[in-house]
Amino acid sequence: MKNEYIPFSSQVKEIIPHTDIEYTFRMSFPEAGRVKPGQFFEVSIPKYGEAPISVSGIGEDYVDLTIRRVGRVTNKIFQHYVGNTLLMRGPYGNGFDIENFKGKEIVVVAGGTGLSPVKGIVDYFAGRPEEAVSVTLIAGFKSPQDILFRKDFEQWEKRIHVIRTVDSASEGYEGLTGMVTKYIPDLPIADPDNTVFITVGPPVMIKFTIMEILKRGIKEGNIWISHERKMCCGLGKCGHCKMNDTYVCLDGPVFNYAESRDLID
Amino acid sequence: MGYQLEKQTADEIFNCLKQDYDIFAPKLFAGEGCFSDTDVIRYGKVESLDEICWSRRSDYSFKEAFLPVNEVLFYFTEDSTSVPACRKKPALIFLWSCDLHALRRLDAIYLTNGPEDFYYKRLRENARFVLMGCEETCDTGFCVSMGTNCTEDYDLYLKVEGDSVLADLKTGEFQKYFDGKDCREQEVIPDHVTENREKVTLPRNLSTETFSDSVWESYGSRCIGCGRCNFVCPTCTCFTMQDIIYRDNENTGERRRVWASCQVDGYTDIAGGNSFRKNQGERMRFKVMHKIYDFEKRFGFPMCVGCGRCDAVCPEYISYVNIINRLAKEEA
Repeated sequence: MKNEYIPFSSQVKEIIPHTDIEYTFRMSFPEAGRVKPGQFFEVSIPKYGEAPISVSGIGEDYVDLTIRRVGRVTNKIFQHYVGNTLLMRGPYGNGFDIENFKGKEIVVVAGGTGLSPVKGIVDYFAGRPEEAVSVTLIAGFKSPQDILFRKDFEQWEKRIHVIRTVDSASEGYEGLTGMVTKYIPDLPIADPDNTVFITVGPPVMIKFTIMEILKRGIKEGNIWISHERKMCCGLGKCGHCKMNDTYVCLDGPVFNYAESRDLID
Repeated sequence: MGYQLEKQTADEIFNCLKQDYDIFAPKLFAGEGCFSDTDVIRYGKVESLDEICWSRRSDYSFKEAFLPVNEVLFYFTEDSTSVPACRKKPALIFLWSCDLHALRRLDAIYLTNGPEDFYYKRLRENARFVLMGCEETCDTGFCVSMGTNCTEDYDLYLKVEGDSVLADLKTGEFQKYFDGKDCREQEVIPDHVTENREKVTLPRNLSTETFSDSVWESYGSRCIGCGRCNFVCPTCTCFTMQDIIYRDNENTGERRRVWASCQVDGYTDIAGGNSFRKNQGERMRFKVMHKIYDFEKRFGFPMCVGCGRCDAVCPEYISYVNIINRLAKEEA
């Protein structure tokens, strides 16, 4: 039988720095075809441990992992990756199902690294805008220095409606400022019943974003979220990501809000 | 197949079993309890039937003999990993009915929740279970309320009564040890209790609203978050992954999983500083709701087996039984 805990070694193909502490690691993965946006890998360096990292891009034979240097494991990944390999296992979790969004007015609301798990969706519809009625991305970052995926934004802005905002910036910053929630009330929505929202970010952001979305008359079943929890094993065993009778690593991390609104940590 | 045999014959059989199995059973460790002059009963390897503590429930469950507290998943060198071998001899584990019911809970998590767990499966396939009967109820157990007071899922049942021993063989595996020995065939029904001192009424109309019940708040200051209730519980399965480096060669080490507690700080910490359930009351709610509600919703039967060990071990004298009964009372 398969031993799910044994990682495989994956070559770092390319590094794409976004900020001082956030890089995208392009990792070789021959079976990338079966990976869905929103899924995650357990990424590790022997000696330092594993961390769950969501997929921020899917190529033919690679997956992108956007890693933020915030913990013990990710610190080491930043120090040790050069010309090297990382250990990985996965993909785990359900991921986003593109079919749920086709033919709809799509609004993606993402905060910080929360953009990673939904980036695959944005990429998909930015490449095929005709498959949706409209596509809007509202992305929020703490400050201009924290903006991720700058090059991708340049591409997206040509094809979909992009609102990129920062919480605060020093004087002279020309972009938008304010929380992502500020931009939801005035969004043009033609048919609320045919509008889907996807929101990923810190728990507080998700909470307030959903309040704003509901004010716009969107049904709970038209809202999708992705939860970030401590997924130690990714296999439904270790218990750390459990909420109610739900295991985020198995049943999520992507949830329909109507089905997950009662999940309590 | 049931037998009655002399104690001496049973000892001979035990010695034969010892050749083929590592035998684990609850043992009395006199004077080794948490506090001075107290005893502790926990699992250890036993060499004879006389070493086994039959009549007093162990403070720690059979889980200690069955699943390693620290389990090496693999060893690593700079560019390779290797999985440690499983225990050489199969384990023969003595336990009570409540604990045997707990095994079914462990199976549910490790074998049916997500993919089968490689390490659990090989331990499970390499373990046999010997039921010990309960002539009378333990102090804090409520197995009758939980329906875990009897079981038929044992491989072997043994009862020592002075010079006489009763045995019941559920699986053919142990027949050869009894064949040719001086045994008298007779029907053997394992001892089991039909009444406990502690009685629990499981609330049957719990819902997500129970999560915000005021019951939990009172535990916020009482519980000190030591996690003992989790470690003595035969049904708790949570673990944390951990990497260890060897001091004499820093390029080698091992990845382990280590038992974890949902009551202890750090359980929900995620990278970047967020964590969930900061208050002990919320953690208590998380644990209790898992034991009597969430697990059942997912797997069809409650997680708690009513062994009562958590109530016996709590340094703050928090009664889990009381919590459940309070919830049931509120409901009524």
